[in-house]
Amino acid sequence: MAFLKSYLMFIVKYIKEVFGAVKSLAIGLRRTMYYFTHHKEIITQQYPDNRATLNFPERFKGEVVMPHNENNEHRCTGCTACELACPNGTIKVITQFITTPEGKKKKAIDKLVYHLELCTMCNLCVVACPSDAIKMAQTFEHSVYDRGELTKILNNPGSKIMEGVE
Amino acid sequence: MWSFHQIADFINDWLNQRFNPTWVTVIEMIITGILVISLFAVLGLVLVIMERKVSAWIQIRLGPNRVGPKGMFQSLADTLKLLVKEGMTPTGSDKFLFNLAPYIAMIVAMLLMAPLAFARNFQMWDMNIGVLYITAISSVSVISVLIAGWSSNNKYSLMGAMRAGAQIVSYELSAGLSILAVVVLTGSLNINEIIQSQANGWWIFKGHIPAIIAFVTFIIAVTAETNRAPFDLAEAESELTAGFHTEYSGMKFALFFLAEYVNVFIVCALGAILFFGGWMPFHIGNWQGFNHVMDFIPSSIWFFGKTFFLIFLIMWFRWTFPRLRIDQLLNLEWKYLLPISMFNILLVTAMAIGGWHF
Repeated sequence: MAFLKSYLMFIVKYIKEVFGAVKSLAIGLRRTMYYFTHHKEIITQQYPDNRATLNFPERFKGEVVMPHNENNEHRCTGCTACELACPNGTIKVITQFITTPEGKKKKAIDKLVYHLELCTMCNLCVVACPSDAIKMAQTFEHSVYDRGELTKILNNPGSKIMEGVE
Repeated sequence: MWSFHQIADFINDWLNQRFNPTWVTVIEMIITGILVISLFAVLGLVLVIMERKVSAWIQIRLGPNRVGPKGMFQSLADTLKLLVKEGMTPTGSDKFLFNLAPYIAMIVAMLLMAPLAFARNFQMWDMNIGVLYITAISSVSVISVLIAGWSSNNKYSLMGAMRAGAQIVSYELSAGLSILAVVVLTGSLNINEIIQSQANGWWIFKGHIPAIIAFVTFIIAVTAETNRAPFDLAEAESELTAGFHTEYSGMKFALFFLAEYVNVFIVCALGAILFFGGWMPFHIGNWQGFNHVMDFIPSSIWFFGKTFFLIFLIMWFRWTFPRLRIDQLLNLEWKYLLPISMFNILLVTAMAIGGWHF
């Protein structure tokens, strides 16, 4: 009797499995049929044609930049947190000591060197930055004729740190 | 009702007036051969562009849209590219078998065309064992895959070929049993008689639930037999680079590619003939007016419409389902499809003896 019961349970499980499989496959088929019949949702961008009107997804990352305000001031304190965070040595912070108007000596950046050719756009430097000095730009046409052009200095010439950023 | 057989009869009469019967046979054979080859070429072009467009729309992409209007000449451009490419034969390969394999694949696909009825009275070879012939010849296609995999002298090719062997040998059983369901209902292996038996309704409607189960098993089994996703273990781009045709390039690769698509067409045509009445128009019981209107649509349009519907179904599967693992594949066949189709054939036999179908 127990044998018969276990046998019956096996049959019930088997039939349930078959129907469950058919149901889950049908859900997938319904989804793809929805996409097939709704052409308006197409996500392809026909790049060279719509170059003027390209719209990027929010999270697209193209290169690291340092924003400057209208007085040619940036927010970088030269703490080298980005350099330490970078997994493949893309960023090199070169610091110098400057004298403030009050006569105090202070550390500031001379150059923030960024090697675009080494960068994997992992965003770790932007996350590590304590003063939001760098961010990811959505540029992407990076091909140049000489490799040297890919080594960039992010701070503008003659720029200095913004007031109040420590 | 207009049909291709009127043209065929006209050409036959015209030839008979001018030549003796032997030459008429020879000339007609040549014409048929040319027609089969051109049908191959057209099918290859149409199915490739169809596959690419269907897959693009399912994946919310645009698909090819540069060559010709809406990208419709893309497959033509691809064919031209493949024609001018060099057909490499690797140094370590078995050269004779390596070059033979794509032609076997092609010849098998061509042989399968013979018993298909493309329109009313329009058939290359009306033989009394049409269905048996198709199941028998389609088994040979695995040999081309095995030869290709073995002669390439490449581990990926060999693994792909071995998988294809296991897969085709096991799925042939349930494909055969589901075909047998319709043969039992009709009582004939002749393709023409199977179509004629569906004059008052297609088997998928007349055969109740057993016919629907047979149809579902048939579609699953033939998808596996033609090596298409979700059963494309023989190719499995992500694990075996390209499986059995890894080493092939140029026109030899194109022949494999073409044979795959023609095989898809043939199995879909067979499905349309067995379950959807081939070229038989859609008739509902005693609605004389409706049936009369349906009769005005040419029979070849019915045949190709049904076939392309089934092809679309198979493409829809391909771009929806993920690929099975080899053990899952064999489980599905031996633990599910085969018992179900065996039980189903029992039901169908009882139904045919009792005359419970319409």
